[in-house]
Amino acid sequence: MSIENKEEFRPKIVAFCCNWCSYAGADLAGSSRLSYPADVKIIRVPCSCRVNPMFILRAFEKGADGVIMCGCHPGDCHYSTGNYYARRRMTLLFSMLDYLGVENGRTRVEWVSAAEGVKFSQTMNEFVEKIHSLGKNVRLGDLRCRN
Amino acid sequence: MEVKMNGKKAAEQIKEISGTNPLKCMKCGKCSATCPSYNEMDIKPHQFVSYVINEDIDALVNSKSLWKCLSCFACVERCPRDVKPGKLIDAARQLVVRQKGGNYLLADEIPELLDPELPQQLLVSALRRYRR
Amino acid sequence: MQRIGVFVCHCGSNIAATVDVKKVVEIAAKEPGVVHAEDYQYMCSEAGQAKIQEAIKEKNLTGIVVCSCSPRMHEATFRKAAERAGLNPYMVEIANIREHCSWIHKDMEEATEKAVILARAAIAKVHLNAPLQPGESRVTKRALVIGGGIAGIQTALDIADAGYEVDIVEKTPSIGGRMSQLDKTFPTLDCSACILTPKMVEAASHEKITIYTYSEVDKVSGFVGDFTVDIKKKARSIDIDKCTGCGACMEKCPSKKTPSEFNRGLNNRTAIYTPFAQAIPNVPVIDRDACIKFKTGKCGLCEKVCQAGAIDYTQKDEIVSQKYGAIVVATGFDTIKLDKYDEYAYNQSKDVITSLELERIMNAAGPTKGHLERLSDGKAPKEMVFIQCVGSRCADDRGKPYCSKICCMYTAKHAMLIRDKYPDVNVTVFYIDVRTPGKNFDEFYRRAVEQYGVNYIKGQVGKVIPQPNGKLLVQGSDLLDNKQILKEADMVVLATAIEPNPDVRKIATMLTASIDTNNFLTEAHAKLRPVESPTAGIFLSGVCQGPKDIPETVAQAGAAAVKAIGLLAKDKLMTNPCTAKSDELLCNGCSACANVCPYGAISYETKEVNDHGIRETRRIAVVNTALCQGCGACTVTCPSGAMDLQGFSNRQILAEVDAICR
Repeated sequence: MSIENKEEFRPKIVAFCCNWCSYAGADLAGSSRLSYPADVKIIRVPCSCRVNPMFILRAFEKGADGVIMCGCHPGDCHYSTGNYYARRRMTLLFSMLDYLGVENGRTRVEWVSAAEGVKFSQTMNEFVEKIHSLGKNVRLGDLRCRN
Repeated sequence: MEVKMNGKKAAEQIKEISGTNPLKCMKCGKCSATCPSYNEMDIKPHQFVSYVINEDIDALVNSKSLWKCLSCFACVERCPRDVKPGKLIDAARQLVVRQKGGNYLLADEIPELLDPELPQQLLVSALRRYRR
Repeated sequence: MQRIGVFVCHCGSNIAATVDVKKVVEIAAKEPGVVHAEDYQYMCSEAGQAKIQEAIKEKNLTGIVVCSCSPRMHEATFRKAAERAGLNPYMVEIANIREHCSWIHKDMEEATEKAVILARAAIAKVHLNAPLQPGESRVTKRALVIGGGIAGIQTALDIADAGYEVDIVEKTPSIGGRMSQLDKTFPTLDCSACILTPKMVEAASHEKITIYTYSEVDKVSGFVGDFTVDIKKKARSIDIDKCTGCGACMEKCPSKKTPSEFNRGLNNRTAIYTPFAQAIPNVPVIDRDACIKFKTGKCGLCEKVCQAGAIDYTQKDEIVSQKYGAIVVATGFDTIKLDKYDEYAYNQSKDVITSLELERIMNAAGPTKGHLERLSDGKAPKEMVFIQCVGSRCADDRGKPYCSKICCMYTAKHAMLIRDKYPDVNVTVFYIDVRTPGKNFDEFYRRAVEQYGVNYIKGQVGKVIPQPNGKLLVQGSDLLDNKQILKEADMVVLATAIEPNPDVRKIATMLTASIDTNNFLTEAHAKLRPVESPTAGIFLSGVCQGPKDIPETVAQAGAAAVKAIGLLAKDKLMTNPCTAKSDELLCNGCSACANVCPYGAISYETKEVNDHGIRETRRIAVVNTALCQGCGACTVTCPSGAMDLQGFSNRQILAEVDAICR
């Protein structure tokens, strides 16, 4: 993909962040001025286990090009076990999405703590880079949502 | 006869054959404490682990210990960390055997090669290992 | 339709330098439902808040969106401001356009575009917000402490001193716990009983403390602030009010063959007994399994000699039901069983003992009256070997993976005491590492080596072999000298790993407190909330949470008490209104939600519902809002979509997704 193309393609990326860790990690990335592309939009959830697979499917349906979910590191969940549930659900969902043609690179789970501003920014940079290399998502989209 | 090995590769093979992770060792020395063949050995059972970690396999396969280990597995039984030094040395022995390829000894050649120092137990343990 | 106000903050130049604030206002004002939009230098300032309040009143706003810094920073501020203007505080949403936008992007156009999208998402969410009211629940001003060891006693004393009623439930006939079994304590070597018994007496005589000994927790229901606990008082067979503690019954009891639990089975006790002389309460119990009267119906000697007439063979177990606001778990520990460690010959020789057994042998009130002697032949030992880490730091299933923490120190203590009292006894310690973090701890260990000449050898022992001459042959390694050592010893002492009291599993299940793979109770946060269980209203004191020595246990006991007092001091608890809620028409009572709930907040009730005119009785999930912490695990698990999380409902999050992907 050429640089020109890259300029044109502005992916839509939805990030679900746990209020207790990665949302704060994103805040830290902000206060440390660690930039990542503006394509990433964050939705705050109380815990990664609040992320219903439905939300992710909806995002793709509405034209998202990538969805990333960030939660607390295993063992550090504010609600003790939430991220384990999330991990299992996402493993299943992502393999199903892959089967449906939404490549594995478009979905990601990352554990980011409240102290890992650097990791948050790096993760987002990598993820956006990955989405750029995959290009626009053409699967699952509701045609009525296309501009 | 000096045996030469690719240290890194051999160390990996030893880990694979033995199925143990030498990094789990906490250096308690219970293996050496329990070894019946301890005084016969130049490299002691607890040292097997660090030799594998340091990929110094040449020293290990050319040591007396390689053949002095009785494979009694007392160290395997008692190791609190599941490191199993006995299995490591056993794997090292296997490497030497494998390196020698298909050149098995003929029965006639054995008396000539037999080292009077070699403990009889080794023959017994060899039988135990390869019994079918 | 909501009437929404949008307030965009400049945050000085923090936001305004990269985001075109005016443009955000302009676009937001055109969003459906938005009836008011403005920007201001500092929204969080007094003047900024006044602007918000003014707009709420003037334009009758039903929801507001503040585009500003992170909600973690000022959500509470704006919620309070809204509340003061008469708007429900949960009708406020924040669009984070500082940390998540202006601070990380450089291009103004790009940042403005993102800020608009974030504002849209917040507007879309606020459309679906509903006013939420925090619930209230009452607090019963009484605490329960489970376990009467030093941890439980300290916690109870601290809570009681703050003026609250406390009950201690102790399983054995006396409070005192493990510490009462110890002879001396490190690093000061003061006698354990001398410092413990005054605390026991203080607890027993405290007007706010009730002690239930020989009792167990039978059932727990309720939630933070309002627990109901059934305590089973096992039949003591003695009237606790009549007994004078004279001890005549114990002297006369003919059944003397039961191994003494208190002395770790090193000697025997009678069937009617108190565990130790300073027991509190100083009232014996009858062990019905050992008592001749209970076994054969004949005997009754104790009843004859009791002048107070306190013996009552007809007593039955009794259940006491009591309400509590807070529960502190202080169930303590035991040493592990050594059945799987044949190499140390613990079961083969009487002269191989555990450290806790040595503690009893060294104690003046112990089975040997404090004389150090071999249990096999009563001879004084000349060579003693201590083995460290027996069962601790073990990767296999024979032992425990953790360090028991106290062994290095008590072994140094034992070695020192022995060398001090019996200078002709040689003491050798086989160690892997000597771990002595703690105030004056390493100095203490060094004293054992330098002043008392204890021989420390780095290396583990592989085998202990009992010899025909009664000695013990210890085969160990000396890793520093690279030698294998064969040493004849008269006694071998094993620093046995400690494990949480086996009963803790049952108790944790009753309390819905979580427990780790080693049966230690889990704390709410490993660093920041170390004395609280994730389950609200449950606090952790002592070794039930992880290995600890006495000073740490006492410190943690005090901390747990403070946390419990903080709870009991409240008249009412405000609950987080962002809790799960189940739709009774959709719920099919499958229990999936209850299985994933980490707080046990979901129960089921059978209820008559009116499902579009069809009246039927169904099993329906009910969320206890006092327990629910609002994680949302249940909402995703629910197969019928009946469960939803208020404040973060499915529709709200979907609206945000839609707004972002628009």
